[in-house]
Amino acid sequence: MPTDNPAPQQIVRGGGLQVGELLVALGALALAIVIFWQTQAINVSPIYAKVGPKVMPLIAAVGLGLLSIALIVSALRGGWQSEEERQTRPDWVALAWVVAGLTLNVALIDAAGFTVASVVMFVCVARAFNSRRPMRDALIAATFALVAYFGFAKTLTINIGGGIVEQAIEQAYGWLAGKMGL
Amino acid sequence: MDSFYHLLDGFGTALTLTNLGWALLGCTLGTAIGVLPGLGPALTIALLLPITFKVDPTAAFILFAGIYYGAMYGGSTTSILLNTPGESASIVTALEGNKMARNGRGGAALATSAIGSFVAGTLGTLGIAFLAPIVVKLALGIWAADYFSLMVLAFVTASAVLGASVIRGLTSLFFGIWLGLIGVDLQTGQARFSFGLNELLDGINVIVVAVGLFAVGETLYVAARFRHGKDELIPLRGSLWMTKDEWKRSWKPWLRGTALGFPIGAMPAGGAEIPTFLSYYIERKLTAKPEEFGTVGAIEGVAGPEAANNASTAGVLVPMLTLGLPTSATAAVMLSAFQSYGINPGPLLFETQAALVWTLIASLVIGNFMLLVLNLPMIAVWVQLLKIPAPQLYAGILVFATIGTYGITQSWVDLVLLYTIGVIGYLMRRFDFPTGPVIIGMILGPLAEQSFRQAMTISAGDWTVFFTRPLSLTLLVLAALAIGGPYIYRWVRRPPLGGVE
Repeated sequence: MPTDNPAPQQIVRGGGLQVGELLVALGALALAIVIFWQTQAINVSPIYAKVGPKVMPLIAAVGLGLLSIALIVSALRGGWQSEEERQTRPDWVALAWVVAGLTLNVALIDAAGFTVASVVMFVCVARAFNSRRPMRDALIAATFALVAYFGFAKTLTINIGGGIVEQAIEQAYGWLAGKMGL
Repeated sequence: MDSFYHLLDGFGTALTLTNLGWALLGCTLGTAIGVLPGLGPALTIALLLPITFKVDPTAAFILFAGIYYGAMYGGSTTSILLNTPGESASIVTALEGNKMARNGRGGAALATSAIGSFVAGTLGTLGIAFLAPIVVKLALGIWAADYFSLMVLAFVTASAVLGASVIRGLTSLFFGIWLGLIGVDLQTGQARFSFGLNELLDGINVIVVAVGLFAVGETLYVAARFRHGKDELIPLRGSLWMTKDEWKRSWKPWLRGTALGFPIGAMPAGGAEIPTFLSYYIERKLTAKPEEFGTVGAIEGVAGPEAANNASTAGVLVPMLTLGLPTSATAAVMLSAFQSYGINPGPLLFETQAALVWTLIASLVIGNFMLLVLNLPMIAVWVQLLKIPAPQLYAGILVFATIGTYGITQSWVDLVLLYTIGVIGYLMRRFDFPTGPVIIGMILGPLAEQSFRQAMTISAGDWTVFFTRPLSLTLLVLAALAIGGPYIYRWVRRPPLGGVE
């Protein structure tokens, strides 16, 4: 309420340096340096010397570099995050569950196929959002993944990595279709 | 009245059963993803980009356009009933709409927002039909140098002016431009930033970036603060039929919102934020019942901004179709769909692909009718969608994100890239960097580089060409003003120091 606060537009920043913001700003600077360094690795044939393949990368590197310096200055002077966002501490346990789900998905998708990888990821992510019933989630995930696999992917004929489960179902379907004379 | 006949032709094609089916599918899907928190039109269209290999362009764009419009309709439902605006453009709708819902007038809020969206969407679409040919005529005379400067202006306004901060907006933009540079340079055949990975030689797919930022990043962000608060779904109460008084209070804001939204959306700057906020302040000034604003919820504060939002959504299509200039993330993804068909939006699009363009415009008009039906009589269906519990919703979103990405190349490298960009997207949300400019920079960056090279070739390597062409100079000055303007304004308005040094 504006009446509770004598000067709501005067946001007083306490503390000066903000570590989180500074790290983000330094990350941007590091990226700018990497872009600049990698730009040097681009070969330029003399025919294209005027506006060769290096011009835009250089613009990107210099632009990002200047902006990251502005960000560093801002971080040293109290940062830019809203109070609400700064007060909210990230829930590391939840984040860890999501990241675990993503990592397992990458690890499993080639070896075990789409459905298995999806079920594992689904259960982990649902756990991150406080779901306490992994078996039910796994069942939902399996249904969802199989519908997605045979519906979405097969109709668009994009190959999304069939594994043991998918092959088994396709064989069973083929066997059934054969039995019924389809 | 050339446009009129073209539009009639367009209706002829759009009204075939197949195309009506695509429009209905798009509108339904669009409303659904608009309603669901965590899913947006840019993400959905990105996930559906593989469809461009399967169906003809007309069908694909009717589908995408339905999603594009539908998401705006659906988004307002979530803002009103859940108070969690999915997009920055629906923030204003949530302000008054959620208060109305809390005071038992949710039905009226949903009705005025759906009808207002319909009025604005229809007028806006007709606006495209009449404005686009004019822009095309003007655009045919512009040079590569002007075109480059126009893109600089669009870059600046889309990333710096519309967001919370010029510096953070531009940082996002430059990050996107760099992502767009990765891969083999088509003009010289040189690999850039491939870091020795063959997978990167073809460049990073826009699907990976859009899905990473919008789906994975969003999921991480919501997960990280999920236990801090619960969104409260307000049950739908109040009649969906507006009273006579509510109609009387709504129709003027609809028209005013449209008048604000369409022109601002159609400018190379684009964006729905400015017109929706403007509309909100105007309605607040003009209302006969100022005491309702911020307390029980004023219907004008929903009607005006919702109309402005939808009109600007239509307006954004003008620079996208006529100049090939996307000013929102969704428009940028749609541009990449055009590219995947080998079609280049720009002044020539209306000549070479006249049938496609006019069918698209006609189907937007039809889509608005469908959306009105989908979002008013059938609103209860969408409210059910809001009851999907968060754990299964977000887990499902990530499964879909994986299908969309893994399906492109079946390479785990893309998945690693997807999740890395997701983590970057999380940090961007957490540290208040806008994500839209990344997509715009990525799609528009290579086009800007192309016209930069063309301009330099025409001028035989003379850099001054960007400043000697009057149009180009004007555009660059506008871009500089857009960045520097707020700073200059603040400096001029600085209170006198009163002798204290």
